[in-house]
Amino acid sequence: MISELLVSFSYDYMLKAMWVSTLVGAVCAFLSAYLMLKGWSLMGDALAHSIVPGVAGAYILGVPFAAGAFFAGVLAALSMALIKYRSRLREDAVIGLVFTSLFALGLLMASLWPTAVNIQTIALGNILAIADEDAYQVVLIAAISLAVLTLKWKDLMLAFFDEHHARSVGLNPAALKVLFFTLLSACTVAALQTVGACLVIAMVVTPGATAYLLTDRFGRLVILSVAIGAGTCFAGAYISYFLDGATGGVIVTLQSLLFLAAFYFAPKHGRLASRRRRLTAVEARP
Amino acid sequence: MNLIAPQVSSSTATLVASISVRGLTVTYPNGFTAVQDASFELGPATICALVGVNGSGKTTIFRAIMGFVRPAAGTVRLCGLSVAEALKRNAVAYVPQSEDIDWNFPVLVEDVVMMGRYGHMNFLRMPSADDRRKVDEALERVGMTAYRRRQIGELSGGQKKRVFLARALAQEGRIILLDEPFTGVDVKTEAAIIALLRELRAAGHLMLISTHNLGSVPDFCDQVVLINRTILAAGPTEQVFTRANLEQTFGGVLRHYSLGGRDLHDDQDPRRLTVLTDDERPLVLYGDEREERTRPKPPAEIQS
Repeated sequence: MISELLVSFSYDYMLKAMWVSTLVGAVCAFLSAYLMLKGWSLMGDALAHSIVPGVAGAYILGVPFAAGAFFAGVLAALSMALIKYRSRLREDAVIGLVFTSLFALGLLMASLWPTAVNIQTIALGNILAIADEDAYQVVLIAAISLAVLTLKWKDLMLAFFDEHHARSVGLNPAALKVLFFTLLSACTVAALQTVGACLVIAMVVTPGATAYLLTDRFGRLVILSVAIGAGTCFAGAYISYFLDGATGGVIVTLQSLLFLAAFYFAPKHGRLASRRRRLTAVEARP
Repeated sequence: MNLIAPQVSSSTATLVASISVRGLTVTYPNGFTAVQDASFELGPATICALVGVNGSGKTTIFRAIMGFVRPAAGTVRLCGLSVAEALKRNAVAYVPQSEDIDWNFPVLVEDVVMMGRYGHMNFLRMPSADDRRKVDEALERVGMTAYRRRQIGELSGGQKKRVFLARALAQEGRIILLDEPFTGVDVKTEAAIIALLRELRAAGHLMLISTHNLGSVPDFCDQVVLINRTILAAGPTEQVFTRANLEQTFGGVLRHYSLGGRDLHDDQDPRRLTVLTDDERPLVLYGDEREERTRPKPPAEIQS
């Protein structure tokens, strides 16, 4: 029985999948702590879909997928800025328009060159079959991002909380925002390999949203969020071996279950806690 | 490791507070010129009100002092330094308007006050014993020690304001910018804030306060800058804060009541009672001088 449960650890590809997923989950969760506070959650979704044609193009041309993704990400950001500047459209319409257009282009490229690109891999991810050089790129991106975030997390928090004050202590909020979105794009690319374009949004929103219900301090929110992200990704990759199912689906389901648990049982901000408070308030009334 | 931090704080203490704005013109990228050829000078130990209607350029002046916008023409000097240099030396503290803060942000009161110390810390922002002591002192000074473990959204309007004042105290900036500090604040907190500002003035700080709370300006501001796209008047309150100047500044935006003769009282007193208000706090003028001022009342009561 025990040996059956440990069998997934005896395969190199499973070990690789579990550790790469954990690292990606940790760094995406770190970013989620900021993203959901600023109401930019859908930007993550837009980014993830927009880089699909870049990744498809990179496979067709045989260049590193990260380069293609980066190119497509910049193209998406620039076209959003341009359309918003040149038209009277609202921001959500512009984002929706641009990311679906690019995603469609990616699907089209994949169907025109079916041998080079497996669209299912891009849309749903396939960490269990990740090639060594792809895994190397993912680990490099995630490790650098994690290091930068560990050094700069307080500066980023300050810039996001109160940019006037950030400025008054000598920080440059605009540069910090650019840094954040660069990291977000890079990590979206990394997560694409793990859970696929459709579920990246969960990786950069759900852990932060769950942790937000559990604490009132940003430092703890980051730690909880990273723990949730890393834990669910490790467990998700492990469980997917036994279920023979899509790793991304398992990971995101685990994250959603944790969110539901926090939503009801969180000690201060959970539904049960607020109901208890309401009841005590009613009883206290004469 | 901590070589830089003490040096920075000692150099902050030696700075003499001043704001010098000369010929400032700010044009935004969309072509809108928010401030044209604005000039004023402020020295240490000053409380100055920056008064004007919404859209008159108050925010733009603040943004120029904080270096958010690059002047199309003119200069801003702080404590005799360029804006970038002054910010680097923690010369400027900023107390934001309540609407500009996300009150659901997961930070405790003490975390916000500690943010005031960031400019004094190393690049990893690790608080030293000195930083912690200054946070304790700042919290004590604004009477918020008992609330230090609260999340900021769990405070009343006045308490919220005090937290950000404590942050400015902890930062030890020689210049303190306050954006509408009396909006949504009870009378007791208003008095406490004013008392604190007076203490800071005595310690040589320079405070620039953006406000449309006309009623309390003469109470505690020794200088006034009147703005409407450019500086209309600047100088000591008694000379600048006059009815004629205010009417020019607000250009008919203010409600204006003037009562006299039998409307006011049954005697031969020739003085008239003038009430100027933007529906927040009224400015009451009796005769030519400000002799008496009502405490805040809803404008409706004053009309009747």
